[in-house]
Amino acid sequence: MTTETIEEGKIIDEDAPVVADNIEALESEAIHIFREVAGEFDRPVILFSGGKDSTVLLHLAIKAFWPAPVPFPLLHVDTGHNFPEVLEFRDRMVDRHGLRLVVAKVQDYIDDGRLSERPDGTRNPLQTVPLLDAINENRFDAVFGGGRRDEERARAKERIFSLRNAFGQWEPRRQRPELWNLYNGRHSAGEHVRVFPLSNWTEADVWRYIEREDIELPSIYFAHTREVFARDGMWLTAGPWGGPREGETVHRKQVRYRTVGDGSCTGAVESGADDVASVIAEVSASRLTERGATRADDRISESAMEDRKREGYF
Amino acid sequence: MSDLLRLATAGSVDDGKSTLVGRLLYDTKSVLADQLDAVTRASVDKGLSTPDLSLLVDGLRSEREQGITIDVAYRYFGTPKRSFVLADTPGHVQYTRNTVTGASTAQLGVLLVDARNGVVEQTRRHATVLALLGVPRLVLAVNKIDLVGYDQSAFELIAKEFAAYAAALGYTDEAVTTIPVSALVGDNVAESSANTPWYTGPTLLRHLESVPIATDPHDAPFRFPVQYVIRPRTPEFPDYRGYAGQVASGTATVGDRVTVASNGATSTITAIDTYDGPLHSAATGRSVTVRLADEIDISRGDLIAAEPDAPQPSTEIEATLCWLAEKELRPGARLLVKHGTKTTQAMLGELTARFDEQSLSCVDAPENLSLNEIGQVRLRVAEPLPVDDYRTDPRNGSFILIDAGDGSTLAAGLVGSPLRALTSATGADTDVSPGP
Repeated sequence: MTTETIEEGKIIDEDAPVVADNIEALESEAIHIFREVAGEFDRPVILFSGGKDSTVLLHLAIKAFWPAPVPFPLLHVDTGHNFPEVLEFRDRMVDRHGLRLVVAKVQDYIDDGRLSERPDGTRNPLQTVPLLDAINENRFDAVFGGGRRDEERARAKERIFSLRNAFGQWEPRRQRPELWNLYNGRHSAGEHVRVFPLSNWTEADVWRYIEREDIELPSIYFAHTREVFARDGMWLTAGPWGGPREGETVHRKQVRYRTVGDGSCTGAVESGADDVASVIAEVSASRLTERGATRADDRISESAMEDRKREGYF
Repeated sequence: MSDLLRLATAGSVDDGKSTLVGRLLYDTKSVLADQLDAVTRASVDKGLSTPDLSLLVDGLRSEREQGITIDVAYRYFGTPKRSFVLADTPGHVQYTRNTVTGASTAQLGVLLVDARNGVVEQTRRHATVLALLGVPRLVLAVNKIDLVGYDQSAFELIAKEFAAYAAALGYTDEAVTTIPVSALVGDNVAESSANTPWYTGPTLLRHLESVPIATDPHDAPFRFPVQYVIRPRTPEFPDYRGYAGQVASGTATVGDRVTVASNGATSTITAIDTYDGPLHSAATGRSVTVRLADEIDISRGDLIAAEPDAPQPSTEIEATLCWLAEKELRPGARLLVKHGTKTTQAMLGELTARFDEQSLSCVDAPENLSLNEIGQVRLRVAEPLPVDDYRTDPRNGSFILIDAGDGSTLAAGLVGSPLRALTSATGADTDVSPGP
């Protein structure tokens, strides 16, 4: 049997009668998940940080509903320690696709005393409260996240539809069995469901998809020259989040970021990879996970991610 | 271009499953330096001299503390030939719930036994659940082969016993592969072992890389549960109306005649749309948007199916249930059923049989089903459901039962009577094939 694709007037023969290609299967699975949520929930929202995973998420949402617009808004939890390139990128995406953006600001909580700055200056752990408040205030009942099960051991046990109680908490022992592709999104008032369409993707899959689909990313994912200083074995960038401290020397380096997070704890890696193809080559050769390499918040303890998930983190 | 194989592992306590999975990740270089460092540190803390690879996969704190696996975990590894999604299912705690979950999406099941113990009751139970769910291929990994001195006859005895059992479950010789391994040492996992010169078959990894992938039946008739109706109502697409969904089975082709199961209306596929452009046909598993020639009332929950091979919607459904909840199931219970994209009310009419895992046979007319039990039931549903038999079309022949009160998932449902077919096969009478 032959499958034909009509593309710009040409008919291309494909020999595979069944979806067997890894990336195509993952794309169809993710699109199916987006449509299930649109069909079963009243007020879904996409968590959008401007990072590569949430950008891929947005791309898949656009594909899932085309030629109609994406039927839900984006939610950004703004730590106040953003890379300016990422904020600029976020706003451009919102404009380009005619989306609605809701921003929950950690800074507002610090200013009025509901949260206080941590001694280490890191704001990633402070995102949980503004996130949950934004979910409650907007009555969001499904929250899409870009989490992948290959990221970390606790995430390996996460469901695609992950029920959260009114406090946003993940209870590993209360998880529902997930059978076939029949997702159960039932929840009570006050509860919501976190949905992870990229659950079965690996970091390499995400990059290969970015290449295949020619998806634009914030510039800091690619090699650029930046003033950085070393802390805890990572290259951090100087900024309002503090640093360099005394004894920390600033260097000019060619670096790029493997994840986009709070500026105070997201480190750069030395790299000359200035396009997607060279990033893919670099990622395949890397001997460190993206979180282990560049996220101080995940290095705190063996169970750092599990603890934060229980507290209502992504 | 690499393809994707979804597999599930199952084994009893202490068969070394976590170590085997850890070994697969380690030997395919899917473990990166920082993860390995963490495992090495933890192993030293536990007083071990070599890294305990099982620590790579035990995810929750209570699991690491107790040295057991509690919940299904998903693992990702790959070789240049193939990508793998592995559902790692715990063997002891709630094994039915976990094995059913892992098996529901698996194209291959890896069962582990300890070479010193051979095929045990738990192995037979796991194999039965995999067969019930229709997992097309099995691998028996005879682990800890080093602990029986790499003894060929011990291996062959186990292989022979398992082959007989798998055959009774309906598996052909070709669908079952038995491999002597040591997950701890690495024998025959990724590398052929010099310790087993008598074994000429593939290593586990080589087998996983090369085994033909059984996909959902694409020669089955076309089934397309409608997820969402796409109506942009934009200046560019003022009158567009497309039905979004994932092809559950069969193939959609422009020009095909189709039926809408809920109202029997027929029409023709005029377009298969994707963001990347129109397709002439869409295979099983592909997410697309279908347009039809006629204006028909279609919404989420409808099934678009091949004409004239459409399933007959029914309010009475005969099914095998895997009961996954703490509370017992009794006749008269009111539940919700989700089939495809439709959720409707259901009532349990009759419990006709329960699977007895000791004798691997059916007990007739039980009073109830309790946690992790498998039974045969009749369900009455509020709105007719266009189901297929699970054994001919697993996607359109499966459903879940949901508690209308607290929303929890109560059961996995397989339309038809795969349980009856299986138990008549494992008993004296072997002429009924479950046909996995």
